[in-house]
Amino acid sequence: MSAEKKAVTIEEKQYLLRFKADTKSHLHVLSSDVCLTQCPDKICTIFCPAEVYKWEEVRMHVGYEGCHECGSCRIGCPHENIKWEYPKGGHGIVFRLG
Amino acid sequence: MPDKFDVIVVGAGPAGISCAYHLAKSGVNVILIERGEYPGSKNVMGGVLYRKMMDDIIPGFYKEAPLERPIVEQRFMMLDKESALTFGYKGLEWAEEPYNNFTVLRAKFDQWFASKAEAEGALLINETVVLECIVEDGRVIGVRTDRPDGEIYADVVVLADGVNSLLAKQLGFHKEFKPNEVALATMEILKLDKAIIEDRFNLEPNQGCTIEIFGDATKGILGTGFLYTNKDTLSIGVGTLLSGLIKHKIKPYELLEYVKNHPMIKPYIKGSEPQEYLAHLIPEGGYHSMPKIVGNGVIVVGDAAQLVNAIHREGSNMAMTSGILAAETILLAKMTGDYSENMLDHYRMKLMDSFVGKDLKKYKDATHHFDKFPQYFEKYIPLMNQAASQMFTVDGSSKKEKQNKIWKDIGSAGEKMKIARDLVRAWRVMK
Repeated sequence: MSAEKKAVTIEEKQYLLRFKADTKSHLHVLSSDVCLTQCPDKICTIFCPAEVYKWEEVRMHVGYEGCHECGSCRIGCPHENIKWEYPKGGHGIVFRLG
Repeated sequence: MPDKFDVIVVGAGPAGISCAYHLAKSGVNVILIERGEYPGSKNVMGGVLYRKMMDDIIPGFYKEAPLERPIVEQRFMMLDKESALTFGYKGLEWAEEPYNNFTVLRAKFDQWFASKAEAEGALLINETVVLECIVEDGRVIGVRTDRPDGEIYADVVVLADGVNSLLAKQLGFHKEFKPNEVALATMEILKLDKAIIEDRFNLEPNQGCTIEIFGDATKGILGTGFLYTNKDTLSIGVGTLLSGLIKHKIKPYELLEYVKNHPMIKPYIKGSEPQEYLAHLIPEGGYHSMPKIVGNGVIVVGDAAQLVNAIHREGSNMAMTSGILAAETILLAKMTGDYSENMLDHYRMKLMDSFVGKDLKKYKDATHHFDKFPQYFEKYIPLMNQAASQMFTVDGSSKKEKQNKIWKDIGSAGEKMKIARDLVRAWRVMK
């Protein structure tokens, strides 16, 4: 069973997917300062199903290329600090099956 | 491409395609705008498609549509850490025409369905995002897309743009949703040999099984897990209110791994190979979260109108019915040339009078209730498991002694009163 592909971690799960990334982000953290000073939990780094958001000491890194475009971050950010749009037509995630 | 159509439909999912199909078939000049590379490329669901509503649109569709398996058995698992209380129904009447429901993979199904709308004369445009509705004198007269010179005009715009429905929000039809109005679902498609699936789930070829999983699948948070059989894959997933993930600080993909590794689930998926991982929101606010669904020159359908029955995992069927009712209303409006809110309100009335509106009303307080009182999932499912274990374990004590022990283990008289009250409350929101 050693050859069996498991896709346990989020990195491995994301690797199963096809993305056609746009050159610019469709997700914008409006103010890193809000994340830094008002948001101890940085909850988006937890509930985002693709781990798009990663806190890097003083700023939020947004790996928009792996976004599933679900909308959770826009709704779940307690400070309404995320500007959320769809990627340009034909770009972003491309589901092949489900 | 002309810039004026009779109708613009935004979004090629079940609601939008149904609407465009029906309009095109009736000779209406309709454009269907999809932001993905192809219809289905942005669309996710657990995988159950109900036959009836689709059959109303394309009779006998199951003879040619890319379906996975007709469902002959629906199981429900009440899960604890190392046990499960399971019940279900299997009926061979579901194994033959006209069938009850099927598992589907949406990327395949939606492409096929959209191609049927195209064959009827609808113009499908992929890879195009609708940025906003064009409003003039309080009336929606078209849409602005992200294409160069991308303004398109129509008598009516149908918003089938899915759960996030940024367009309905822009029109002021709803405010931003709250984390307790949406469920975040993650799922995986797992490859597994056909014959193994059939052995493991006790199925004949071309028969399928669905398992809904409650309780420990979501670590007691309000939500459900699911495991569905496809032809040569399984769909496994878990969805909880976004507010639940936030409150308990749980990573959704870790919850999915938890389900996959649960001792009651793991043997079902053993030896399978992940093919795809998907995340999507489900509108679960129900009746109370419905936006305004009709305006001057505009109609909202499907997930965008929050048409999901979370208790019965229905949604795509409601989307289809809403799409057809929208199309029928537009045909009426076309006869009089009146596309005012007043005229299009016919759609809202028809929808609320159909099973869609009736079921939304029936369960209007259910999600809120189970969200507000977490003991159903956190405490009562483990209690049920313990009671079953107690009753079915033969250890020399009499059945009466066992009953007394179960009764005692429930707790004080106060605890018992609380459970009785919760049962009554649950009955009230579900009846």
